[in-house]
Amino acid sequence: MIPLSWYLILGAILFAIGVASFLVKRNIITIFMSIELMLNAVNLTFVAFAAQWHQVSGQVFVFFVMVVAAAEAAVGLAIILAVFRSRETLNVDQVNLLKL
Amino acid sequence: MNPSPNFNLWLIPVLPLIGSAINGLVGKRFPRRLVATIALAFPGAAFAYALWVVSQFASLAQAQIPHIERLFPWIEANGFRVDYGFYLDQLSVTMLLVVTGIGFLIHIYAVGYMAEEGGYYRFFSYLNLFMFFMLTLILAHSYLLMFVGWEGVGLASYLLIGFFFLKQSAAQAGKKAFITNRVGDFGFLIGMFLLIKHFGTLDYDKVFSAVAQLPVETSVGFLTATALLMMFGAAGKSAQIPLYVWLPDAMEGPTPVSALIHAATMVTAGVYMVARSNALFLHAPIALRVVAIIGALTAIFAASIGLVQNDIKRVLAYSTVSQLGYMFMALGVAAFSAGIFHLVTHAFFKALLFLAAGSVIHGLGGEQDMRHMGGLRKLIPWTFWTMTVATFAIAGFPPLSGFFSKDEILWKAFSDRTHGSWVFWLIGWITAGMTSFYMFRLWFMTFFGERRAPVHEEHEPAGGAHLPSSARADHGHQSGVQSAHGHGDHGHGGGVHESPWIMLGPLVVLAIGAALVGFLGVPEALGGSNRFDQFMAPVFHSSSEPARSAENFAATEPQKSENPEEEKSLELELAAASVAIALSGFGLAYFFYVRRPELPDRIANNVRGVYRTLLNKYWVDEAYYATVINPIVDGSRSVLWRGIDVGVIDAIVNGVGTTSKGLSGVTRRMQSGSIRSYAGWVAIGAACVVGFMIWMGLRI
Repeated sequence: MIPLSWYLILGAILFAIGVASFLVKRNIITIFMSIELMLNAVNLTFVAFAAQWHQVSGQVFVFFVMVVAAAEAAVGLAIILAVFRSRETLNVDQVNLLKL
Repeated sequence: MNPSPNFNLWLIPVLPLIGSAINGLVGKRFPRRLVATIALAFPGAAFAYALWVVSQFASLAQAQIPHIERLFPWIEANGFRVDYGFYLDQLSVTMLLVVTGIGFLIHIYAVGYMAEEGGYYRFFSYLNLFMFFMLTLILAHSYLLMFVGWEGVGLASYLLIGFFFLKQSAAQAGKKAFITNRVGDFGFLIGMFLLIKHFGTLDYDKVFSAVAQLPVETSVGFLTATALLMMFGAAGKSAQIPLYVWLPDAMEGPTPVSALIHAATMVTAGVYMVARSNALFLHAPIALRVVAIIGALTAIFAASIGLVQNDIKRVLAYSTVSQLGYMFMALGVAAFSAGIFHLVTHAFFKALLFLAAGSVIHGLGGEQDMRHMGGLRKLIPWTFWTMTVATFAIAGFPPLSGFFSKDEILWKAFSDRTHGSWVFWLIGWITAGMTSFYMFRLWFMTFFGERRAPVHEEHEPAGGAHLPSSARADHGHQSGVQSAHGHGDHGHGGGVHESPWIMLGPLVVLAIGAALVGFLGVPEALGGSNRFDQFMAPVFHSSSEPARSAENFAATEPQKSENPEEEKSLELELAAASVAIALSGFGLAYFFYVRRPELPDRIANNVRGVYRTLLNKYWVDEAYYATVINPIVDGSRSVLWRGIDVGVIDAIVNGVGTTSKGLSGVTRRMQSGSIRSYAGWVAIGAACVVGFMIWMGLRI
């Protein structure tokens, strides 16, 4: 049986990759994907703990996160489409109208 | 209280309030005819209802008077309690009839008088509002509710004096009236606080019975202080020295307002209040003496100013002040019912005088200067005849009403052993002569001789713009639509016209009243039985012998002379003296203004100083400006405005604003609008949180 720590390390690595690409990337879609990556890194730790302690609540949480992520994906992609239609770009550095 | 019928007294004040609300809220969209109908219907209904109440009142048993109706508790706090309730006794019944009856007549008149003016609905809304407050004032069963009406009539008066608010002088006069009244109200208020402090209640019945338990104060004590403060309030409302200055200026309002508020009803509120508090005043003889002195001084002081005024309404205004002084003098010599009797007769003839003067002004297209009148007798006969009745009544010619009431006061002033004095009689007597003189001066100048056209007559067709603004007071327009009367064909020359019937009707009714109400109080010396005095007797326990009973609060010794016959002949002699001085006033006025019209100017030139002093009203206004108003205005400007407002309050507010602006200038840099920088902040924040938790974990 694979020890718990491996799962946790993998989750941490995945999360770090997500954060890094979230900060570094300029393309909205990539940023969006890195958010998904972070979510799933968290999901991984949840299910790992759930398996370790034989408790179902961690898995239930994962379902919630997935549902929310799906909804977020739908809304987020719609926003991205709208932004692209009006700005003709997906570069976040050029989407800065909120600036003073 | 024993069970007594419910009259629903609250309806009487509320009816005009409904009229006021309808006209005030939606009257703007109504046609004039409908506004006038509403404005007349509600006070008319109040009058009719008041008549019914009075007829019911007459059948009440003596033990059921005063009749008190409590509606609901209004204020309850820690043992102190004021009900919203009404109080009906002989005094309030009398006032009720005067206010609703004369008020209703003046409403009718106003419909005709204001027909050409802008702001029609507004005017009648205010007028009805005034009725509401005045009725609240007289029907209230506690000082506090009276104070509500008291302040309310002040408000209505302010609104109506400043009715032509585009005119600077009218707006100023409104403010002056309101602020002067406020000064007096302050006294009233403190007086009420004292009552609460000592008796814990403001209900009339409780206060009076509590006062009755106390001994008569021979030196200045709590009762005297309270009574004096009350009198100060009354002096403000009833235009007595030193607070009379607002009343003459109040003539800036439309004439029906002058008649209703500034002659017949509101200004008598002070008289009513002092008469209502007679128990209090009788226990404070010093305060009573002060009332008499103030009244006597005001009477003669205002009459002397009235001698030389040229504006027809101003003469009447000073005459009102003077007559109010008479009433206070009567109260001050503990002749309460005589004071109220004069209040009633005065309400009739003074309302009539004002309305007739308004009719003259109306007929002349806004002319108010008596020097430009004359010879109107034939041109406006109805006005002339009604005005004649009123003039003879106020001058005190028997058998018109003014004779009986004025004589009653003079007799009481002379004869009351405790409170009276021959000095008061003498002042009253001289004032009566002056009253007669200036009233007949007005009468002769207006109706007799040749018509003295205004100097500006040749300009008149151009719109009358050259007339001094004071002469236009009544027709100064809000809407800019100049009235036909003010400037059209009537404005000049022979175009004098009689007023419409809707204005003359009330004049005739009032004239009949002014001629006849005096018979209510024919003194015994003249073969009458003074029914008014007997009617009032239960309210004023000491002023009439039949009402004397064991428990009354009388401060005075019985005044019955040992020799009634001698007293009667003395009373007759005094009456003859008043008639004589009234006649001589008439004679003098006739001599000066009909026989030798050039004489007054010559005399005025000879005693220039005196004349100018009188014409300028003893420079009292100027003195008030120099001593009170200007210091307050300057102090407010330099200290309160520039110092405290700008220097402290504004500085604090601006300081808060500047500080937060500076701070946000720094913090707004975080809001770059760039998504990636936000993401960075989020990451930093998350890192901080994680770091903090790790640190906490390590500590444990």
